[in-house]
Amino acid sequence: MPLGLSVGDSIDTTTVHLDRVSLVRYAGASGDFNPIHFRDDVAAAVGLPGVLAHGMLTMGFAVQPLMNYLGARGRLADYGVRFTRPIVVDPDSGADVTIETKVGAVMDDAIRFDLTVTFNGETVLGKAQAQVVFD
Amino acid sequence: MTVNPELVGRAFPPVGPYLVGREKVREFSRAVFATNPIFTDVVAARAEGFADVVAPPTFPVVVQEHTLNQLLSEPDANIDFSRVVHGDQRFHYSRPVVAGDELTATLEVTSVKTLGGHSMVTSESVMTDATGAHVVTAISTLVVRGDG
Repeated sequence: MPLGLSVGDSIDTTTVHLDRVSLVRYAGASGDFNPIHFRDDVAAAVGLPGVLAHGMLTMGFAVQPLMNYLGARGRLADYGVRFTRPIVVDPDSGADVTIETKVGAVMDDAIRFDLTVTFNGETVLGKAQAQVVFD
Repeated sequence: MTVNPELVGRAFPPVGPYLVGREKVREFSRAVFATNPIFTDVVAARAEGFADVVAPPTFPVVVQEHTLNQLLSEPDANIDFSRVVHGDQRFHYSRPVVAGDELTATLEVTSVKTLGGHSMVTSESVMTDATGAHVVTAISTLVVRGDG
C-alpha cells in the first residue's frame, strides 16, 4: 500500500489568504488579464458580486499542500477540477480559502487524492482529484 | 448564437516551441503559492533528479492559453469571448515540466454540446518536448453562456 495510507485519511488542511495583489500577481504570471480579476467596475458591469479569483489560480494553489506532502515520492499523473463557485476577493479583507487533502482511493501503485476547497463554508471546486502514481 | 458544432475534430496548427524559462517558473510558482523548493531552487530540484526547477502542476495552462486563443479567434467558431466561463480543467501528465523544456502544443476540439442555451466546448492541447515525446495534455471545457 503506497505511503501506508488508507481511504479517508486526511493528510493536510491548509488555509490560503488571497488579496488583490495575489490576483494581479497571478494575472501577470499566467497571462490571463481578464479585468474581472482586478477591476471592480468591470466585475459590476457584467453582473458579478465583486472581483473574482481566477479559477486557474484556485486550481493552482489547491494542489500545493499535496506537492509539499509528497516531496519526491510518487509522480502526479492526472489532476482535474470543475469550477463550481466563484471566490469573491474583497478589496480590504481579501478571501480565505481552505484546502483539505484526503485519500480518495488506494490502488496497488497509485493513490487518488481528493481535494475539498472551501470559501465562506461552501465548496468552490467540484471533483477536484489528483492521481499520483508510484512507478 | 450557439457555438458551431462542426468544430468537433478540428485540429489547429502547432503552437511553439514555447521555451520554459527558469524565472518564469519561479514567477508562476510564487503566484500559485508553491512552496516546495523544487519549484524555485535549482539545487533542490537537481537533488531530486530534475534537470532544473520544476514547473508547478498547472503551469501548462500558460501554453494552453496560446492554443485556446486560436480557437477563440477562429472565424466560424461563433464564440463570444465576453460570454466564456471556464467550466472544468484537467491535466494528464507523462512527466513534470521543467525549466529548459521546449514545448510544442497542438489543440483539437473534442466535443461541442449545447444545453439550455449554453454551449460547452471541450478541447485538448497536447504538449510534446523537443524530442517529440509527450509531456502533458491539457483538457479544458469552456462554457459559452447563451443570450439572456
